[in-house]
Amino acid sequence: MKDALGAPQSLLILGGTSEIALHTARKLVAERVRRVVLAGRPSGALDAAAEDLRGRGAQVEVVAFDAAEPETHEKIVDEVFAGGDIDVVLLAFGVLGDQESDEQDPVAAAQVAQVNYVGGVSAGLSSVKALRRQGHGSLAVISSVAAERARKANFIYGSSKAGLDAFAQGLADKVHGTGIHVMVVRPGFVKTKMTEGMPDGPMATTPDVVADGIIKGLRRNATTVWVPGPLRFVFSALRHVPRPIFRKLPI
Amino acid sequence: MSDGPAAGFFPAGRRTALTGWGRTAPSVAEVVTPMTREQVGAALRRRTERGVIARGLGRSYGDPAQNGGGIVLDMTAMNRVLDADLENGVVTVEAGVSLDRLIELFVPFGFFVPVSPGTRQVTVGGAIGADVHGKNHHAKGSFCDHVLAMDLLLADGTVRTVTPDGDPDLFWATAGGMGLTGIVLSAVVQMTPIETSLVSVDTDRTRDLDEAMALMAETDEKYTYTVAWLDCLAKGRNLGRSVITCGEFARLDELPAKKRGRALRFKSGTLATIPDLVPGRLPNKFTMGLFNELWYRKAPQHKVGQLQGITAFFHPLDLVQEWNRVYGKTGFLQYQFIVPFGREDALRQAVEKISAAGAPSSLTVLKRFGPGNPGYLSFPKPGWTLTLDFPTNTPGLVRLLHQLDELVLSNDGRMYLAKDSRMDPADLARMYPRLEEFRNVRAKVDPDGVFVSDQARRLGLA
Ligand SMILES: Cc1cc2nc3c(=O)[nH]c(=O)nc-3n(C[C@H](O)[C@H](O)[C@H](O)COP(=O)(O)OP(=O)(O)OC[C@H]3O[C@@H](n4cnc5c(N)ncnc54)[C@H](O)[C@@H]3O)c2cc1C
Ligand SMILES: NC(=O)c1ccc[n+]([C@@H]2O[C@H](COP(=O)([O-])OP(=O)(O)OC[C@H]3O[C@@H](n4cnc5c(N)ncnc54)[C@H](OP(=O)(O)O)[C@@H]3O)[C@@H](O)[C@H]2O)c1
Repeated sequence: MKDALGAPQSLLILGGTSEIALHTARKLVAERVRRVVLAGRPSGALDAAAEDLRGRGAQVEVVAFDAAEPETHEKIVDEVFAGGDIDVVLLAFGVLGDQESDEQDPVAAAQVAQVNYVGGVSAGLSSVKALRRQGHGSLAVISSVAAERARKANFIYGSSKAGLDAFAQGLADKVHGTGIHVMVVRPGFVKTKMTEGMPDGPMATTPDVVADGIIKGLRRNATTVWVPGPLRFVFSALRHVPRPIFRKLPI
Repeated sequence: MSDGPAAGFFPAGRRTALTGWGRTAPSVAEVVTPMTREQVGAALRRRTERGVIARGLGRSYGDPAQNGGGIVLDMTAMNRVLDADLENGVVTVEAGVSLDRLIELFVPFGFFVPVSPGTRQVTVGGAIGADVHGKNHHAKGSFCDHVLAMDLLLADGTVRTVTPDGDPDLFWATAGGMGLTGIVLSAVVQMTPIETSLVSVDTDRTRDLDEAMALMAETDEKYTYTVAWLDCLAKGRNLGRSVITCGEFARLDELPAKKRGRALRFKSGTLATIPDLVPGRLPNKFTMGLFNELWYRKAPQHKVGQLQGITAFFHPLDLVQEWNRVYGKTGFLQYQFIVPFGREDALRQAVEKISAAGAPSSLTVLKRFGPGNPGYLSFPKPGWTLTLDFPTNTPGLVRLLHQLDELVLSNDGRMYLAKDSRMDPADLARMYPRLEEFRNVRAKVDPDGVFVSDQARRLGLA
């Protein structure tokens, strides 16, 4: 249960090694979060993340979760909720893919959509079903500014996030008024292992700043969070650029 | 032990978002409004693994009377008086009856409720669940000290009549047990005899906190009802300046002759309702500073024997309905703590911190408690209790409250569960040393944790 000041006590991360998610978790553990569940593909990194959070005073559970296996999601999520209330679910998994080579490898490209969009649909619905049963809680879905408009430079990833983003918006409206809160997070370029080795994009930011944005959004039950905030205006402008011009933009 | 309620017709529940009086942290539950014991029993049988909790008039500030995903029993339709011994002032009432109603019904017969919180819009069930206290705590203890018996619906569906002598464990686990032992269906309450419905009030204004504490320590023995209102925004020399009011129900011979004919007259009612439109930041440092200044100036330096009505003396806030809406959408919280006698320094430090933070506490009330009762989770114990109101959007509030927590804990103090909406679960056992005993009693009568609330989950109470 969140307290009167909006501080949650328990957190489920889907994509348990995500840097953005782990920055968020550390900050929340420094406040009131005591129970953290890291759901992800089993790895040394996942265990290390759990250890780190334990060192900060949280009780941490690790559960095996693969976004690419939607048929398993409901059971996994239900088991987590059976172990106690979850105040916040952070849907953080995602893959960037490699646009150039994926264009030549349709199966690899479809895998990006499979994880980011299809996995998001089943994991998102599973989470909301469980949240509704407990009568309170938030689901934060990490989308991307790339969802705003597909660009030729990364439309495979962008379209998968566009699907996820539209799904999450619809879901938010569907559960409005039921005590459940669904929030879409749209970060710009964030310096994490996902973008390692890539040149910084415009207005590049850090996972720490994104974490602050997520926490603030959760506190005021925001529907959409942009990080950094001004990207909202940049992208709503880009959205209206005519196609012939947009096509030629170096982005 | 008697038989459980027979299969009853089940009133339809509505999925409803509920909050406490502070209007923070909502959750959605199936709210059922039973009118009979049988219906309470039927609702209990329909529970899911999310359990059941009773709710009175929802005057707790946080989340003890809500139960996300489960069933919430709105007890306010069970509001009948079952029996009244007007000779001795012993009444048997259903748990959903309000203190307002009890006062309205029995003052004309010369009986007042034994203990009244700052609002009379609370139910008998809620008064037991939180073991509420009033301005007479130092003299008369808390509400459950005046409960002679109660009928409690247990998790297994049976109803047990619980008395302090017959089943002290269950009685004192239920007194202040925040609804977690079962559903109080009815209670036998010893009312307090009065000769008139007027209170003879003495008022004093003090320059600062020390003067207030000194005066209160001195006057407590002389009056049944005492309380101090504190100006928390005053700084420096005026830190903690207060208005102290002390009262006693007037004897018949203290009334002017022409009033004696209707000495026990009492009329409940309100003056106004706050609309649900307030933008959010009405009570702030500036408006509250002004309000506090006026309140302080308005009070007489020293005045004795002023006759006041029950509402003016006990429940001035009840004149305005839904006054919690003044705080707008973001809501507010109350912070009430106690520190034992001898820890006056801690109290001073707390007031200093609040004043320095410029946090606009509108209703700051200081009171001395007398001895506590055996209630496992009952709040009062001998010492000073300070009650503060803060809008949740007060800048720096999280830090301020955290500092106050530390101060309270390190001075052997505790916080009141009926006001809690944010305490750190890790602090609970230190504040309530008998928590483990409470849990043991509860584990016996409710091994599966059927009775559960958002607060119980948040704090790991049960
Ligand atoms: C303006 C104001 C002033 C106040 N002043 C004071 C004060 O001076 N002193 C003080 O002590 N408190 C004070 N309070 C707090 C209030 O008295 C308590 O929170 C009280 O419990 C509220 O009663 P309720 O009927 O609204 O119960 P709720 O808030 O609905 O419920 C409170 C608790 O009691 C339990 N409960 C309710 N009914 C039953 C039942 N039938 N069986 C079992 N459990 C039940 C609930 O489960 C919950 O845990 C004040 C509150 C307000 C709003
Ligand atoms: N970094 C950016 O610039 C940026 C910008 C906008 C949006 N985002 C989004 O932010 C989210 C978090 O990314 P990040 O920046 O924190 O990068 P990250 O550290 O690389 O996190 C990505 C996470 O997704 C997980 N994941 C990938 N495939 C998975 C699968 N099949 N099953 C389960 N988990 C899987 C990864 O787990 P493994 O350890 O198992 O690989 C990893 O935990 C992602 O959704 C990303 O799309 C990132």
